[in-house]
Amino acid sequence: MGQKKLVNALVAVLCVLLGVALVTQVRRTEVGDTLADQRPQDLVVLLDGLQRREAALRKEITDSEDALHRLRESGDRSAAALEEARQRTVALGVLAGTVPAAGPGLRLTISDPSGQLNPELLLNVLQELRGAGAEAVQIGSVRIGVDSAFTGDSGQITLDGVKLTQPYQVVVIGDPPTMDAAINIPGGVIDAVERKNGKVVSKQEQRVEITVLRPPREPRFAKPAN
Amino acid sequence: MIAVIALAVGIVLGLVLDPTAPDWIQPYLPIAVVAALDAVFGGLRARLDGNFDPRVFVVSFVSNVLIAALIVLLGDELGVGAQLSTAVVVVLGIRIFGNAAAIRRHLFKA
Repeated sequence: MGQKKLVNALVAVLCVLLGVALVTQVRRTEVGDTLADQRPQDLVVLLDGLQRREAALRKEITDSEDALHRLRESGDRSAAALEEARQRTVALGVLAGTVPAAGPGLRLTISDPSGQLNPELLLNVLQELRGAGAEAVQIGSVRIGVDSAFTGDSGQITLDGVKLTQPYQVVVIGDPPTMDAAINIPGGVIDAVERKNGKVVSKQEQRVEITVLRPPREPRFAKPAN
Repeated sequence: MIAVIALAVGIVLGLVLDPTAPDWIQPYLPIAVVAALDAVFGGLRARLDGNFDPRVFVVSFVSNVLIAALIVLLGDELGVGAQLSTAVVVVLGIRIFGNAAAIRRHLFKA
């Protein structure tokens, strides 16, 4: 009889234990600390996967940073190239007459009271100035370009189809003393003008401005050859 | 009857005390619980069959839990712990279903 009681008590104890264990396990699962239950080999596989993923992500970071670096560098380079191209455009524009120019230079006033000056003489003046390093020239209201032409007769000179009025005003940018010396050479253009009863007044200035422009011309036949 | 009350008392105790299982027991606890549930269902079926023996219940309960824990331990040592645990749960689950079917037949005559 006593043994039966003992067995019954054991049944009760086991059932109590089962209840406690059940609740404990459910609670633990609910907490979600599943890593704690995992077997070492599973954890190793998990860790391995995580490490591989970390390595892949790190590689991606490095690649992206490299790409960023490269793009930034090429951006700098193309910005510098653009700036240089812009400066060249401006410099060429001054020579071609498509942009306004300012700088030291001369103001010439050529008067021709007897109307004997011919287009060739004015062309000589221009050549002489160019030879002395003139960079931008304006005669009357015309900007001189590479295709400028003096036409007409003595006293009736046309420049690029525009009739010049007396006295001929020449504004030229370049080194003032050099150009002044060039036109004043004995037997030079000033002598030639004075032989035809004309008169040249040359004034050196630290700053003259040429605002008249030539329209830019697209070459019809020539193309850059590279 | 005692067993049902004891189970309820255990659940309440667990809820109130909120015990933490020690680390060494943690891998075995889930399997042990399933094994014990198998023993409980077996006992319930025997009781309904009218041949319930507390001594058999105690022995089957303890041996179920111990064998389940041993299998898990062995599996861990052999490196097939996860698979063996699954096997134990499957087998015990089948047994629980079998016992539950017998209990259902007793209770609902169907």
